[in-house]
Amino acid sequence: MRLAILDTGHSLGTKTFFALIRIVSRQPVLDVVKLVKYRADFYGKPMSAVTQEAMRGDSSWSVADRELMAAFVASTNQCEFCIKAHSAVAQRAYGSGKAVSALLAGSDTTAINEPLRATLVMLRKLTREHTVSADDMRAVVAAGASRQQIQDALAVAFSFNVIGRLADAFGFYVPGSEAFEAGAKYLLARGYR
Amino acid sequence: MSDITQGRIKLVNRIVEGVGTASLSERRAAFNNSGVAEALCALVDKVAMHPNSVTEEDIDAAKTSGFSEDQVFEIVVCAAIGQATRQYEAAFAALQAATRKE
Repeated sequence: MRLAILDTGHSLGTKTFFALIRIVSRQPVLDVVKLVKYRADFYGKPMSAVTQEAMRGDSSWSVADRELMAAFVASTNQCEFCIKAHSAVAQRAYGSGKAVSALLAGSDTTAINEPLRATLVMLRKLTREHTVSADDMRAVVAAGASRQQIQDALAVAFSFNVIGRLADAFGFYVPGSEAFEAGAKYLLARGYR
Repeated sequence: MSDITQGRIKLVNRIVEGVGTASLSERRAAFNNSGVAEALCALVDKVAMHPNSVTEEDIDAAKTSGFSEDQVFEIVVCAAIGQATRQYEAAFAALQAATRKE
């Protein structure tokens, strides 16, 4: 972590909470958790409310679909921490890692339906080029995604275009797969609150 | 259906209008990636446009020029949320244009 305050600047209560996480999970506290708990009134609390709504609010996209979108945005941004974190959640949520890995590697997208595939194409363009056109949106609608589904997907992209930027800028430590598995279990059980 | 409208407004208001250690003008400039002080310019632009190219040196340069870690934290958060906001608003406008009834 490139700012010492994000590693060690937390209140005593938060440090105790981190110690508890380490004991229960037997894994290091992920840097994303340290970030949201640092001066939480400034960023962590309001951002977690947005992310919780985007990732766990009512939507006709499944939780697995939205975690896949998060991993896909991360992959487009080449954010290693977020790719590993959210592909772990998506794999667990789908009950299979194959489709997620293949999709992120760009080798096989046959396992996903047309509306989701078209939505991911639009999210990739938005993330890469910072904008999309009305024609790009018409293509997603033509593939069968509803207006509400597109709005829900844009909410996911918003959250992960923020979080990925912060992960890279602050230099999040990328731990081993066990730590991300523990994080995935937590996110599926408790969400982003 | 999920709706981040209110949450996003609260988030943006908090970071660019609320109490902070960086000045309001510094936070707004970072959010807009425009009018940023020279010492922060490279860092803010990288966070917005090429986040995986940010280096230890970029952060150190901001600190060396007199910004505290808390100020750098706020500036980086504002830059990230500002760019994601511009993307979201551009996409939302495109969606409205695509689905507008004639």
